[in-house]
Amino acid sequence: MRFAVFLGAMLGGVAAMAADYVPLPGGTFNSVLPADGQNAPARIAPFAMRAEPVTNAEYLAFVRTHTAWSKDQVPALFADGAYLSHWAGALSLGDAVLADQPVTEVSWFAARAYCEGEDARLPTWYEWEVAAAADAHRTDARADPAWRQSVLDWYGRPSSAPLAPVGGAANVYGLRDLNGLVWEWVDDFNALLVSADSREQNGADKARFCGAAALTLQQKENYATLMRVAMLSALKASDTTRNLGFRCVRSL
Amino acid sequence: MSRLIPLVLLAAGLLPVNLIAADGKAAAAPAVAANGAAVPGDLGPPQGEPIHALLGVPPHVPPPIHRNYPAKVIVELEVIEKEMPISEGVTYTYWTFGGTVPGSFIRVRQGDTVEFHLKNAPDNKMPHNIDLHGVTGPGGGAASSFTAPGHESQFTFKALNAGLYVYHCATAPVGMHVANGMYGLILIEPPEGLSTVDHEYYVMQGDFYTTGKYREKGHQPFDMDAAIAERPTYVLFNGREGALTGDHALSAKVGETVRLFVGNGGPNLVSSFHVIGEIFDKVYYEGGTHAQENVQTTLIPAGGAMMAEFRVDVPGTYVLVDHSIFRAFNKGALGMLKVEGPTNKAIYSGKEVDSVYLGDRAGDNLHAVAVAAKANASGTLSKEEQVKAGQQLFEGTCSVCHQGSGEGMAGVFPPLAKSDYLAKLAKEKLISIPLHGLTGAITVNGKDYNSVMPPMAQLTDDEVANILTYVLNSWGNPGGQVSKEEVGKVRAQPAAAGGEAH
Repeated sequence: MRFAVFLGAMLGGVAAMAADYVPLPGGTFNSVLPADGQNAPARIAPFAMRAEPVTNAEYLAFVRTHTAWSKDQVPALFADGAYLSHWAGALSLGDAVLADQPVTEVSWFAARAYCEGEDARLPTWYEWEVAAAADAHRTDARADPAWRQSVLDWYGRPSSAPLAPVGGAANVYGLRDLNGLVWEWVDDFNALLVSADSREQNGADKARFCGAAALTLQQKENYATLMRVAMLSALKASDTTRNLGFRCVRSL
Repeated sequence: MSRLIPLVLLAAGLLPVNLIAADGKAAAAPAVAANGAAVPGDLGPPQGEPIHALLGVPPHVPPPIHRNYPAKVIVELEVIEKEMPISEGVTYTYWTFGGTVPGSFIRVRQGDTVEFHLKNAPDNKMPHNIDLHGVTGPGGGAASSFTAPGHESQFTFKALNAGLYVYHCATAPVGMHVANGMYGLILIEPPEGLSTVDHEYYVMQGDFYTTGKYREKGHQPFDMDAAIAERPTYVLFNGREGALTGDHALSAKVGETVRLFVGNGGPNLVSSFHVIGEIFDKVYYEGGTHAQENVQTTLIPAGGAMMAEFRVDVPGTYVLVDHSIFRAFNKGALGMLKVEGPTNKAIYSGKEVDSVYLGDRAGDNLHAVAVAAKANASGTLSKEEQVKAGQQLFEGTCSVCHQGSGEGMAGVFPPLAKSDYLAKLAKEKLISIPLHGLTGAITVNGKDYNSVMPPMAQLTDDEVANILTYVLNSWGNPGGQVSKEEVGKVRAQPAAAGGEAH
């Protein structure tokens, strides 16, 4: 926390209130997407991650100072027709949208621009994955069936109810809402190598992706995470969806 | 003069021949593959205005296509993730094509150009796509239809092969998307259409995997471990227990014809589809072109389909089952077809006789046997009691071959009535026949027999004694009496050789 305050002060508080950033040590990590496509662990440099996803209020503050990103001005190239469509106006949330709900219906371009405004960037998939692998007591809870089931339970709930506000239970790092609230953009979402037809696992198309991770669902311990990869792989950079938000990171 | 222009162009090789019809109008030209050969099943470019396909909500299908030309058909299918009951008091989060399990029924004509729009509802969490087994092309459309929530994909294919095909989601993990209900059927009618029937229905089997047990109340999440182990909690027709029973039963009237379009979404199990009380007049197995006739049970592979046609002649309730029968009674794979109308006793009588059946050795109708056994025990057994008991035992065991009349069956089972063979047989040999059986060539009343009578070793000594006493005193045989003790003595000896050896 002390670190976050320090960093926030140093950066001069671009957003209305400087967001909490939490340091993570990095290191090696056994990703569901092995670094060499076989089994090599990912190497992750130390970084700091936003404790919570960006909220509607925070994103509104950004749009007010960067009106090019308001929904009536954003070029179609950077955001699809549903961009911020749940907001009442270009610069107002309206009654149906809560300030502390995570912002959704944002494109990758928009999320990137916001993070730049916070002097940060979108996390890489590996950064996001290592952060989300933790639970309240462990840095890597993925082997625990209870962890897996809690992740899957969210997938299994229809999103007919309004999104909950940010501020769920913190994991061991102090990060909240990585699982169970919204999908989140990652910087390299379109390099995760889930082909449009997931069954082409050994096809020639694999070569197109620089020999990166070969996605197999053989390890059922991984499939909760791989479903998120599949979701991200379905997106184009201008896409927005009702359950897709983001958070930012900074390199240390 | 104007008629000459195309001829001139034709002569110059500037117009394809098949563009010129007799009346001078342009006619359909089948697509030509890169090597110059026409693609089989291609009936030419789409004609007329584009048609928006009507989609069938299970168990109903869209009406037959009465069209004699290939058209452009626009199909719009929306993926909806929603919670629905899977059984009484049990809910499940289904992923659906069109809001139902199975998904909307699509009906097009062979040669049609299908413009497919796959919409992923904005509230959905998951990306989805569609693989239609009726599509010729990589992934059956899956690669072209990967769609994020709140988005729509479009791809176009030509329906080259007639038949009944499964479609399903092929997004990772594929098994989970299918297990959650993401499958349906697309019918590609042959150009001449299908035969006319009175009713067409749409049924699809699927297996479901929940963390809770069968009928455990409340919301039940998907269980990946059970799915991998292929141990379903539910095996269902049309996605929910009771989807086709009671008020939701399929219906028809006596004398009507019914066509069932039945698919199997899986993800794991193969279906032994059967309708109790009905014989399928025709089954287009695996959804293909050829029909088998007079089928009782037909196998539907996971990711496969079939069409069955039959006429209903007798009123009543016909039960659709997966004849892997525990699935029907313990996992929910039951449906019903209710047929109303007048009874037809010539075809099926209903119950004519309700009598007690006790098998050949049980109960009150063996009263005489019981009397004989009691008399035997008390040492007062008379020949008459033996004959009466023997008759009942004979009818239960021996009459199956030797007939109740003792006449046997010429050439197969020798007669016992007025049998010269029995008359000259020593008593010990006579007793050994039921005890040890008789194998080989014998001559009875001038006819040759060469077969096998197995030993009737299950009969007790007094049963054998009573049977033989009955035989000796019936049908003009010479008479006599066999005692339990005599039987016991012969039983203790090794079996004698059969046939004429005695």
